[in-house]
Amino acid sequence: MDLIELRDIYKTYNLGEVDVPVLRGVSLNVRRGELVALMGASGSGKSTLMNILGCLDHPTSGEYWLEGREISRLTAKEQARLRNRMVGFVFQNYNLLPRTTALENVVMPLTYTKEGLSEHQMRQRATELLQKVGLGDRTDHQPSQLSGGEQQRVAIARSLVNHPRVLFADEPTGNLDSRTSEEILQMFQQLNSADGITLILVTHDPNVAQHAQRIIRIKDGLIEESTGQAKSSGGV
Amino acid sequence: MRSYGTLKTALGALQRNVMRTMLTMLGIVIGVAAVITMMEIGNGASIAIQRTIASLGANTLVIVPAAANIGGVNQGIGSMMTLTPQDADAIINECSAVGGLAPIVRARTQVVYGNRNWVPTYIYGTTPSFLQVREWTDMEEGEAFTEHDVRNSSKVCIVGQTIVSELFGGQSPVGKEVRVRNVAFKVIGVLRRKGANMMGMDQDDILLAPWTTIKYRVVASSLAAANQSTTNTGSSTEVNTLSQIYPNIQQNLYPVPSSTEQADVPQPIRFANVDQILAAARTGEQIPFAIEQITTLLRQRHHIRGTDPNDFNVRDMTEITKAMSSTTALITKVLLCVATISLVVGGIGIMNIMLVSVTERTREIGLRMAVGAEPDDILRQFLTEAVVLCLFGGTMGILLGRCSSYVVSSVLHWPTAASVGAIVAAVVVSASVGIIFGFYPAWKASRLDPIEALRYE
Repeated sequence: MDLIELRDIYKTYNLGEVDVPVLRGVSLNVRRGELVALMGASGSGKSTLMNILGCLDHPTSGEYWLEGREISRLTAKEQARLRNRMVGFVFQNYNLLPRTTALENVVMPLTYTKEGLSEHQMRQRATELLQKVGLGDRTDHQPSQLSGGEQQRVAIARSLVNHPRVLFADEPTGNLDSRTSEEILQMFQQLNSADGITLILVTHDPNVAQHAQRIIRIKDGLIEESTGQAKSSGGV
Repeated sequence: MRSYGTLKTALGALQRNVMRTMLTMLGIVIGVAAVITMMEIGNGASIAIQRTIASLGANTLVIVPAAANIGGVNQGIGSMMTLTPQDADAIINECSAVGGLAPIVRARTQVVYGNRNWVPTYIYGTTPSFLQVREWTDMEEGEAFTEHDVRNSSKVCIVGQTIVSELFGGQSPVGKEVRVRNVAFKVIGVLRRKGANMMGMDQDDILLAPWTTIKYRVVASSLAAANQSTTNTGSSTEVNTLSQIYPNIQQNLYPVPSSTEQADVPQPIRFANVDQILAAARTGEQIPFAIEQITTLLRQRHHIRGTDPNDFNVRDMTEITKAMSSTTALITKVLLCVATISLVVGGIGIMNIMLVSVTERTREIGLRMAVGAEPDDILRQFLTEAVVLCLFGGTMGILLGRCSSYVVSSVLHWPTAASVGAIVAAVVVSASVGIIFGFYPAWKASRLDPIEALRYE
């Protein structure tokens, strides 16, 4: 059983009189432990697909199986719970809470988890993750005191704090210079190979996509090609 | 745990923008402070007004004997002699709603000092508590007579301002002697000016003495003659106060009812009667209870059966009481209006800032939703922020309000009265303002679409 299974997903936006089809029958499988790049030009529907994959949006029709569970018709509340426990997000613009320490930023998703962790356990888990992304000495810094790369690493730590099944990175290097981008991408590869985290990189940049094992291209709302094994060329 | 987490998140969010938090809170602080200050000043004013009106005698009840009816001829109020000093003692001892009481023995006769004479409107024989009942305790000069003087029927008196000017030409009368029906009274005190009452009667034209003295030394001797100067022309020339210790005309001290009166209204002969009893209800609201208690007690004491009519009347100052209660009600309403307006303004301020805050933090809301915050979590967070703002602002407002009302009372010398009710109301209202005006922005935040919110610039 694959981790993610999309069957014939349609998504149509209704703009007044006109129906705009964005996804027109997307079927897709992602196995556990894969590092996938989702590529496409802007307007191709890759953001919409990521939103559906990330449980932020409902498909108009079709089935979405995540870990053997059909989740395309969940309520907003169920979706929120699912996002909290199963999914992690890394955004292009980091989306860290301003004037809040790195540690607090990482702890934040845990406060919405109905797991009953103590304050101390939460902080411990967050500290461990910050150490893992190489920011063990920056836990008390606020985003404005961190560089772009550091901010993105805080965001990665935050996305990992609830042990998600799958991590979505939406243009994670879009705001970073090439050297920092490389570091971040290597970190993703590291997480994927060492910890076995399933990763989906959404990007339009072929240089980013080539870090993935597999590239899914989307064009005009359809999967154009799904390259089996893109060679990892990180030069580790 | 979760509510603690929510509180912590809310506090964190408020801390992150201290300036905005302060400004928002300022609205509520000023609102609540205004409410508290207004309430306290208003309460003080209300109490002062009530006290002033009460000094007009709003709480006063007058108990007078009923009219005797002799052969179909009504003799008018007070023509029966049914009230006794013992009745007065019983009323003050047994009626819980009565706070003060003074029996009164009236006389109308001439008062002489040196070569001047004057007939005061009021010559009252009473007890020291008369001054309390009439709210007239602060003396211009000297002091009031005491219970001891009443027991001894001492020949002492206190006089009003009009008598001072008429008999003493404005000079201090304290220590001097005046003669009332040839009985020498030593003036021991002068009353503060009170002016005319509502009927235009000069209240300062008054001479107060122990009722025993008036009863046994003055009225007894003047029962035969209404005017001493016509019947006793000689007495004014034979001034010998020592000889007047006992009345020169032998009088029956205890009036015996005529046989007709006795047949119509059979009453045991009393040793002494008083002309009226002045009673003060403890508060304006207790007037009806006081009337009821007095009526019950006196019917019992006078052995009046079943539906027989009372042999006394209890009157209250309906006019003044009405004025007092309507004034108080008006003040309360005005205060309520002011309070409501201030709090609504404060509340709208909160709503305004919370709405701005929701817009400004759209991305944050989107992010929180993306990492798993449920709509309820967002709603709770913003609501908590608003309530924390309001409660904190409310607390500061209470302190500020208390301070400013203290300043007002100490600098401007306005009367203020601390109002626990206002403080409780302010806390409750500021919390509700937080919930009511915080709800819409919070609800709006919780309905945001996470995708839209994340994309918001």
